[in-house]
Amino acid sequence: MNATAKEKLITVTGLEKQFGGVPVLCGIDVEIDRGDVICVIGPSGSGKSTFLRCLNLLEKPNGGSIVFEGDELTDKKTDVNRHRQKMGMVFQQFNLFPHMTVLDNLTCAPVMLKKFTKEEAEEKAMTLLARVGLADRAASYPNQLSGGQKQRVAIVRALCMEPDVMLFDEPTSALDPEMVGEVLDVMKELAESGMTMVVVTHEMGFAREVSNRVIFLDEGVIAEEGTPAEVFGNPKSERLKSFLSKVL
Amino acid sequence: MSWFAKLHETFIATGHYKLILNGFKNTIIITLGALLIGVVIGSVIAIAKYFSEGVPSLKVVDVICDFYVTVIRGIPVVVLLLIFYFIVLTGVEGVPVAILTFGINSGAYMAEVVRSGINAVDKGQMEAGRSLGLSKMQAMRKIVFPQAIRNILPAIGNEMIALLKETSVAGYVAVVDLTRAGNLVRNNTFDAINPLMLVALVYLILVVGLTRLLKVFERKLARSDKRN
Repeated sequence: MNATAKEKLITVTGLEKQFGGVPVLCGIDVEIDRGDVICVIGPSGSGKSTFLRCLNLLEKPNGGSIVFEGDELTDKKTDVNRHRQKMGMVFQQFNLFPHMTVLDNLTCAPVMLKKFTKEEAEEKAMTLLARVGLADRAASYPNQLSGGQKQRVAIVRALCMEPDVMLFDEPTSALDPEMVGEVLDVMKELAESGMTMVVVTHEMGFAREVSNRVIFLDEGVIAEEGTPAEVFGNPKSERLKSFLSKVL
Repeated sequence: MSWFAKLHETFIATGHYKLILNGFKNTIIITLGALLIGVVIGSVIAIAKYFSEGVPSLKVVDVICDFYVTVIRGIPVVVLLLIFYFIVLTGVEGVPVAILTFGINSGAYMAEVVRSGINAVDKGQMEAGRSLGLSKMQAMRKIVFPQAIRNILPAIGNEMIALLKETSVAGYVAVVDLTRAGNLVRNNTFDAINPLMLVALVYLILVVGLTRLLKVFERKLARSDKRN
């Protein structure tokens, strides 16, 4: 595949979501190409996380369409589980499985879904663990790890399924400040390796430096989007200007 | 007659110790069998309720589970035992009927215990499993349920103690359990104190033993929680 040729990975059209009648997303249109690193920013309550969670149907959209690798995800006949294998997700609260060792956390889904044999999965897991500098923690349990280590394990857990896109839901928001860097470094390396990423974040430095597109969500709509240079250097809307003045 | 001579006469000379031993055996068998059935029924109901929650097409499952729990919890276990022995399973021996009845009864209580255990597992665990591509059932089996069981082990222990003592009404359907055996010895020997005190003591020892065992178990779990 030619790296410069754009290949559509996810096409979101008119995405709507309400919680108990309260609109959270009011018609979102986004195209995500393979290799994109998209940061979603915005004030709290703007629908950033909901948008991300709709992409892999952890939240069921009330309207609109999500086409992933040519398949309409909102169609009832679509096998969501199969598609989710291709969409890794990293949560704010890590959500590692506390009753399993780090290695079991990484291998349980690929082995259960018969994507790899146990041996293959363990080999892959160890390689990836080494890449994030945690090979020596394979036999540890999640609660023996620091927050930063947990989140790196969570990233590796998603990568073990060899996803085509990685969704990050405020991956550093629950971390102590001194641990944010180690997680962002892993994400940066992942982005540089060509992984398609959608990142909901408050880390404006990361958004500016790593992403190729920034989406500013406000009150359930995309208020502004563009390259980091456009969004951060030359914000057009008043809402974005006032948001940036508060967070930068 | 000295107390020891009396004991000898009541239990040994008359061969009544065999009756007591047999009763003890039956009490243990009924308790363990019923516990097993109870845990299985409880888990199935709790998981079925979890899956049917908020799914209109599975509303009937939810209603059936609620009906089961309501009816079983609303009927005294002795009445249930009599119904099963004399109406539902006529011709079946007392011990199997007792195992089944106490199991079904315990299952209703266990269902609530397991359900609370499942609800206590963080919602993010299911989401993490689903986001990896696991089906709801796979995520339940591998991720949520094992954690739920860990949460409720102490409660299951309590249920086991309650169950052990509940089985003392098995005599209603011609089962010679520990209680009935003691009562039979009292009847045969006109010695009320010794057989009944013995029976009481055996239950007490069993319950204290179980409680100790549970404490050890809980400490072990607490240690592994720290490890985790």
